[in-house]
Amino acid sequence: MKSAYDVVVVGAGPGGSTAARFAAELGLDVLLLEKRQEIGAPVRCAEGIGTQVLRRFIEPDPKWVAQVINSCRIYAPNGKYIRLEAPGEGLILERKIFDRRLAELAAEKGATVRCKARVTGVLQEGETVTGVTVNAMGQEHRIHAQIVIAADGVESQVARWAGLNTMVKLAEMDVAAQYLVSGIRLEEPDACWFYVGRAYAPGGYAWVFPKRENLANIGLGITPLHTIKTGETALDVLNRFMAKHFPDASIVSMVVGGIPIDGKTRPISKSGLMVVGDAAHQADPMTGGGIANAMIAGQIAAQVAAKALRNGDVSAEALKEYDRRWHKEVGRAFKPLKQIVEEVIEYPDEFFNELADQLHDRPRLNLVDVFKIALRASPRLMWSLGQLVAMGWF
Amino acid sequence: MILIDYDRCDYCGACVGTCPENVIHLVDTKLFIDNDGCTDCKICTYGCPVRALTFVEEPKGGARREKRI
Ligand SMILES: Cc1cc2nc3c(=O)[nH]c(=O)nc-3n(C[C@H](O)[C@H](O)[C@H](O)COP(=O)(O)OP(=O)(O)OC[C@H]3O[C@@H](n4cnc5c(N)ncnc54)[C@H](O)[C@@H]3O)c2cc1C
Ligand code: SF4
Ligand code: SF4
Repeated sequence: MKSAYDVVVVGAGPGGSTAARFAAELGLDVLLLEKRQEIGAPVRCAEGIGTQVLRRFIEPDPKWVAQVINSCRIYAPNGKYIRLEAPGEGLILERKIFDRRLAELAAEKGATVRCKARVTGVLQEGETVTGVTVNAMGQEHRIHAQIVIAADGVESQVARWAGLNTMVKLAEMDVAAQYLVSGIRLEEPDACWFYVGRAYAPGGYAWVFPKRENLANIGLGITPLHTIKTGETALDVLNRFMAKHFPDASIVSMVVGGIPIDGKTRPISKSGLMVVGDAAHQADPMTGGGIANAMIAGQIAAQVAAKALRNGDVSAEALKEYDRRWHKEVGRAFKPLKQIVEEVIEYPDEFFNELADQLHDRPRLNLVDVFKIALRASPRLMWSLGQLVAMGWF
Repeated sequence: MILIDYDRCDYCGACVGTCPENVIHLVDTKLFIDNDGCTDCKICTYGCPVRALTFVEEPKGGARREKRI
């Protein structure tokens, strides 16, 4: 570890490792810092990702792909489900191995990677971030950087130390609990199951993501407003769900966590700093999926960093290009997505039951068909969906 | 003050992001709360997926955050 780099990236999740990889590939001198003793562990994820978007960054490899997904089931509270075909469209990862591979890629491109190196503060000159302080194996270091990329996940302390407000409001957090379970028999190990409706997960949804025919991530996300109202936590709701639907499952791993999903456009850069991934609240407000978005943002941040350093200008104005590009490529869909979510979580369970009654025996459905039927039942969805259509989503 | 139940905490870091004062710190698998900065707003207790954080009145004879060690 030297005392100065072009770019210091904080956090070796998918966002940070991708930023470090592309920054190094663009010829920058990069340091990637991870506080954990092992990159990728513990896993805080259901490990699902879209095949197509992943391919933009890396070819799927059996070493870290647990399962290819060909369809999904969406269960209504009455137990009926709608089946959507999605051949090859999704993957369930082994994130422990995947995250490590992304960090290795950064190293292969020339970045210096350090684990057990916890960033404890930022260095600033006036309003400009000029580096970080790091505790590595009990030793304090001051490391200077032209640009700091904060990819420190839901904790997001680096941006806050630098004066950007990335605090997660309770109403804007998806609180999740999940078990990796064994000893079950899945009818279709290549199908993801989703459970919608208040009966399953208040303010969120439950999922079964298979990793093998007898191994799956089973979890759910809820709004903490439910906890405030009832005292019931995400883990309590999950335990209820497991007792009812998978009473015989053996738990081999427990995963909990929070995902910031606010659907807002917020400043994600300032002079000398860009914020990437969960730290910048970039997970999809509808699904809570944040792996792909963190990687997209990481790549944009690396490109903006390279340009800024080429021009010798790391001012807030120059780095604003990162905000603009993120918004144009992904962020602008967040507002309508969040509106759809807010609308849909208000629906009574009967709504989903009726939808499932109408659609459960239809073959070869896709998401557009479901939205069409839902629109008939709820015209208020029209505006938000219309925006997504205008953006070329469907 | 906020009591941390280390038997329940799964060191996920969710509470860190919700604390308005940014006084919660996750160091490896151990969570710390900076006594002086905490305003007892209780927000962190609602965002925890496993109920590892609870609010208690300040005990006499000095603060002890751990429920049990
Ligand atoms: C239960 C659950 C299920 C989920 N399921 C899915 C899913 O199926 N699909 C999906 O796409 N997304 C899912 N997500 C969301 C997804 O996990 C995150 O969006 C994604 O990991 C974000 O990547 P990131 O790089 O921004 O941050 P992270 O992956 O959180 O990485 C941040 C890294 O920064 C490190 N760090 C933090 N502070 C410091 C510091 N001070 N110094 C050094 N290092 C630091 C952390 O240790 C961590 O390694 C799920 C989340 C949860 C909680
Ligand atoms: S949210 Fe709960 S489980 Fe997660 S780190 Fe905080 S106290 Fe521990
Ligand atoms: S009570 Fe409020 S200030 Fe204190 S640690 Fe929890 S969230 Fe932070």
